Amino acid sequence: MSDQVLQKEKVRGGVAQSLEHDSATKHVTGQAIYVDDIPEPHGTLHIATGHAGVAFGNITSVNLETVRSAPGVVCVLTVDDIPGLNDVSPTHSGDDPVLTGDEVKFYGQPVFAVAAETVLQAQAAAKLGVIECNSEEPVLTIEQALEKNYLISTDHVMQRGDAEAGVKAAPNQISGQMEIGGQDHFYLEGQVSMAVPQEDGDVVLHCSTQHPSEVQFNVAHVLDRPANAVTVEVRRMGGAFGGKESQAAQWAALAALVAVKTGRAAKCRLDRDDDMILTGKRHELAGKWSVGFDDEGCIQAADVEMATRCGCSKDLSDAISDRAMFHLDNSYYLDQVRILCKRMRTDTVSNTAFRGFGGPQGMMIGERMIEDVARSVGKDTLDVRKANFYGGAGRDTTPYYMQVEDFILPEMIEELEVSSDYRKRREAITEFNKTSQIIKRGLALTPVKFGISFTTTFLNQAGALIHVYKDGSILLNHGGTEMGQGLFLKVAQIVAEEFQCDVDRIKITATNTAKVPNTSATAASSGTDMNGMAAMIAARTIKRRLIAFACNQYKVKEADVEFTRNQVRIGNQVVSFDDLVNQAYMNRVQLSSTGFYRTPKIEYNRKTASGRPFYYFAYGASVSEVAIDTLTGESRVLGVDVLHDVGQSLNPAIDIGQIEGGFIQGMGWLTTEELCWDDAGKLRTHAPSTYKIPTCGDRPDRMNVNLWEKGCNMEATIHRSKAVGEPPLMLAMSVFYAISDALSSLGGYKSVPELDAPATPERILMTATKMKAKIK
Amino acid sequence: MSSETRNRVRFLLGWTPMEISIEDSNQTVLQYLRDQACLKGTKEGCAEGDCGACTLVVGDVVDGKITYSSVNSCILFLPSLDGKQILTVESVADGALHPVQQAMVDLHGSQCGFCTPGIIMSLLTLHLNGGAKHLNGGVKNRQAIDDALAGNLCRCTGYGPIIDAAEVAYSTPIDEAWQRQIQNAQAQLIAWSKDTAALKVEAKSGPYMAPKTSDQLATCLTNHSDVTLVAGATDVGLWVTKMGKRLNLIISLADVADLKTICITDTHLDIGAGVTYSNAHAALSDISPSLGELIRRIGSLQVRNSGTIGGNIANGSPIGDMPPALIAMGASVVLRSAQGKREVPLEDFFIEYGKQDLQSGEFVSRVLVPRYVDTFRCYKVTKRFDQDITAVLGAFNLCIEAGIVTSARIAFGGMAGTPARASACEVALIDRPWNMETIELAKTGLDDDFVPMSDMRASAQYRSLAARNLLERFYLETQNSTIPLELANRSALGKLGHE
Repeated sequence: MSDQVLQKEKVRGGVAQSLEHDSATKHVTGQAIYVDDIPEPHGTLHIATGHAGVAFGNITSVNLETVRSAPGVVCVLTVDDIPGLNDVSPTHSGDDPVLTGDEVKFYGQPVFAVAAETVLQAQAAAKLGVIECNSEEPVLTIEQALEKNYLISTDHVMQRGDAEAGVKAAPNQISGQMEIGGQDHFYLEGQVSMAVPQEDGDVVLHCSTQHPSEVQFNVAHVLDRPANAVTVEVRRMGGAFGGKESQAAQWAALAALVAVKTGRAAKCRLDRDDDMILTGKRHELAGKWSVGFDDEGCIQAADVEMATRCGCSKDLSDAISDRAMFHLDNSYYLDQVRILCKRMRTDTVSNTAFRGFGGPQGMMIGERMIEDVARSVGKDTLDVRKANFYGGAGRDTTPYYMQVEDFILPEMIEELEVSSDYRKRREAITEFNKTSQIIKRGLALTPVKFGISFTTTFLNQAGALIHVYKDGSILLNHGGTEMGQGLFLKVAQIVAEEFQCDVDRIKITATNTAKVPNTSATAASSGTDMNGMAAMIAARTIKRRLIAFACNQYKVKEADVEFTRNQVRIGNQVVSFDDLVNQAYMNRVQLSSTGFYRTPKIEYNRKTASGRPFYYFAYGASVSEVAIDTLTGESRVLGVDVLHDVGQSLNPAIDIGQIEGGFIQGMGWLTTEELCWDDAGKLRTHAPSTYKIPTCGDRPDRMNVNLWEKGCNMEATIHRSKAVGEPPLMLAMSVFYAISDALSSLGGYKSVPELDAPATPERILMTATKMKAKIK
Repeated sequence: MSSETRNRVRFLLGWTPMEISIEDSNQTVLQYLRDQACLKGTKEGCAEGDCGACTLVVGDVVDGKITYSSVNSCILFLPSLDGKQILTVESVADGALHPVQQAMVDLHGSQCGFCTPGIIMSLLTLHLNGGAKHLNGGVKNRQAIDDALAGNLCRCTGYGPIIDAAEVAYSTPIDEAWQRQIQNAQAQLIAWSKDTAALKVEAKSGPYMAPKTSDQLATCLTNHSDVTLVAGATDVGLWVTKMGKRLNLIISLADVADLKTICITDTHLDIGAGVTYSNAHAALSDISPSLGELIRRIGSLQVRNSGTIGGNIANGSPIGDMPPALIAMGASVVLRSAQGKREVPLEDFFIEYGKQDLQSGEFVSRVLVPRYVDTFRCYKVTKRFDQDITAVLGAFNLCIEAGIVTSARIAFGGMAGTPARASACEVALIDRPWNMETIELAKTGLDDDFVPMSDMRASAQYRSLAARNLLERFYLETQNSTIPLELANRSALGKLGHE
């Protein structure tokens, strides 16, 4: 044991440092391994699925002879080859079959799967199935579904007081309606799973999923085996955004079925078209409202009905529709209020989680109501937003009876209004629009208040596992998955901070159901909050043991043991961390620990639609300036200013990356990303040639993104940080409402353009034409 | 083919010479890299040349000098690499990270990392070309960066840090070790180019031939049926990867030297059918900046580096971008066969949807573009500004003398089964004063000219309305250039007066 000099400098990679992504070097050299890059075991089979070619109907016959005899085909699966439960529903709803046997519920739904020696052979064979169907005309839109009362689940209502009477009693009323489009995740890496068969009929799955535990359980059910027979491992995903939460299980199940049946490894990778046709998207939402308000534009009552387009199965649609309801209020106090949401069934692929989980759609409706009111009282929309904010006596409770305790938005918006020069730009734009006949500019400032926690309370739990090896190196594992958001790095920083060890000595390892069991999805922005806390708890357990050992060994008090950079001061002595660890090992101290965390304070009663579903709220606001071309409907975002609250940032660089990326993704959702189905129920936008996510050129020159410096979570979250995954997506609402503002100039800012989302050139042009016609 | 041939494909993989036999002439470069060469750094994101995750840098010798350009490997047939060099993401770092890679790390340019290899390759192209060879004459600006990266989709970052890394890619000089390696590569490619034997691959799946002259090509076409002619494969590649089609006999235009020339006559630009958009860009921009701006927005840089003007015409797509512009300019095509050649006005070449005036054994050999136009503009309308397929494209070529329209050639894309002239609109303009009243009249002419269709890009109603309005935009542009009228090009946004 050698005495050392006490290091004064900070640990490398502790919390609050802007470290680069742990895989950055591997990303830029092509060395980062995604599921499809893992060396395939010899004889790996490749899987493709075949369908009936209709959107809705009953299957009358299935003939797969030509599929079986096609070149390279080794195995063909139908519903009869599923030994266990033919369902991968995340809510155990029994309506998400791996392969369908009797009825077809959306165009492309897999009826059979074929495994062949090569990908091309499998794809070619999958086209050869002869499936006959009594096909019926599909129900495709919310409107059609509402007409037929075609529901996937029961309606749900949140209410306070008498909204209808409240609206009537108010000095002014306005009503309106709006449709908001869906969104494809367009993660660059499509869905993929590789199953490697094990002894006893067990299976190891390498899967691109945000929810390894759910894949594990669903695959076990499909195989009719206990969960301990299935191990799921996820090192990283090439993007996910909610699309790999419940939607990964089906492809994992097919790979597992083939692997178990043939004894060969099997891979199921959806190519881009299949991925877009066969997996769910963000829910479209239609809303209509009646609002009562005073002459200042302060809302007194709101009566709102929404309907979500859930697709052909429940999936997560109930929770998503609920979250749309939870966020209708956004940042505004609605006194007398009723929010109803119907969950419509359509004969299309089942819609699913997508960054924001319904929240963005609900907020868009709420913001549109505010716009309506502002135009109607002839005030700047920002002033009406401020007038309706939470705060003040009796104005701090949400429609679901949760108290808003830390409403920091007024202060944030004050700051943003000044830093973005909102008022001066408003004047300049109004002036510009007077003389510019064709191009019109628009400006909007929109806030975001987003509830953090799974609204299904039991999901708010997480586990971690830390090993300290006797050489002082550390292995970190937890239930969270890495999809690019920097979760693995943030949790490693938390552990580095705890041990005061440079982050470089912490080995980040793949999420694995055999290491940390029964995990929740990495979703709801909660990854760092929960897994970071679980890892901290595990680290503290080990640290406590080391401290106890040091006290005993060196005869000092606990207060005399201090972890400094890669060292431990024990009384007057300084030993290296490695040294202390090795001594502890030699003295039979356990150097491995799990950690477990459950989010406190939350409880929610869905029956009464009341309680505290969220541990806390994340806040943000943005200002967008746009220009539109009233001849073609083309639009361009000219400038964006963002102020966002991440509490005390664990890694400012990662957080800013999440904010910018979320913003641009939200901007795509509300502008160019348009999903089109034809009358037969076939998705026509199933590749980047037809589905347009933002490109480099869509990013405005002016894009000022700032973290709110005063940010500090009032709740005892991990290092007082706040979740950052989803909230920034909703900052992009300012783009949509800036477009709406530009259009509004055509009518002298007296009315709100009837603009639905996404604001494509076509929608903008048609709305502009309508508004021009009104003036004439 | 009459002359000597060879059947193995030679190329540099990174800096290593490879000589391989082809088992499947329909195999893409991406499939080869991932499945055979075990280089998994290059990713498949869409298999249709639209996302850029599979981007490679291709080195090719032009006039004795190696030049580098970015291409999409997912729709590139493996034999087309013959005589070229490819750089993959694995060949960029040499012990230490390349400055382009280091910039992406330092600036937080990757999140999920799946698009990153492709982005590295686009940035490397930018770097190797000393900024931007293809872009606005190498002017360092945001528009040039956007153009270099328009073909690389990223779903995570919002592009900010990648744009910053592109600035680094511009400003960093090529280091000596790289310069030496490039010299060696150039020497190897030149040595290969001196081989007179044309490539003729006899794969199990069917042959792949790359004749070296138009005469050889014409003979090939006479001697074989069921031929698919391929130039850049930016369209044909998708027949294989997206429609599952098998091409039994591929004849590549890539090595036909006389089809890769651009000749300037007194009256015309004479462009060989094998000339890529990128290589024709400057010469066509010289004729009309508006045409140059259109080409900037065709596909992505990767697509323009592979795709050819001739291919865009020969495939007869109703939404191909060059034909309407070229028809309005009065361009014609030279069709060639073993029997000889003939010249056809471009507008007559397109007969109906899917049918061109092309006889058996004939191929599009050259495109003749008038060098002088009067008042000419073309406008492309899409859902997204960059790398999007046209909803409506309007091209206007007018002669206005003393305020009177004396001649008019107007053509549209996306409005009918083929690119087509708007004759009723033209009639409504000719001999009338160039004013708004005439424009309103001519707009109604467009309704007689076209009955467009609805699809996922736009409805018929939108197409009609936008087409009419493009005519109005054209008129307004001829009136007063200080009023902002367009949003597509970033450099024109200054007129908006925003900060």
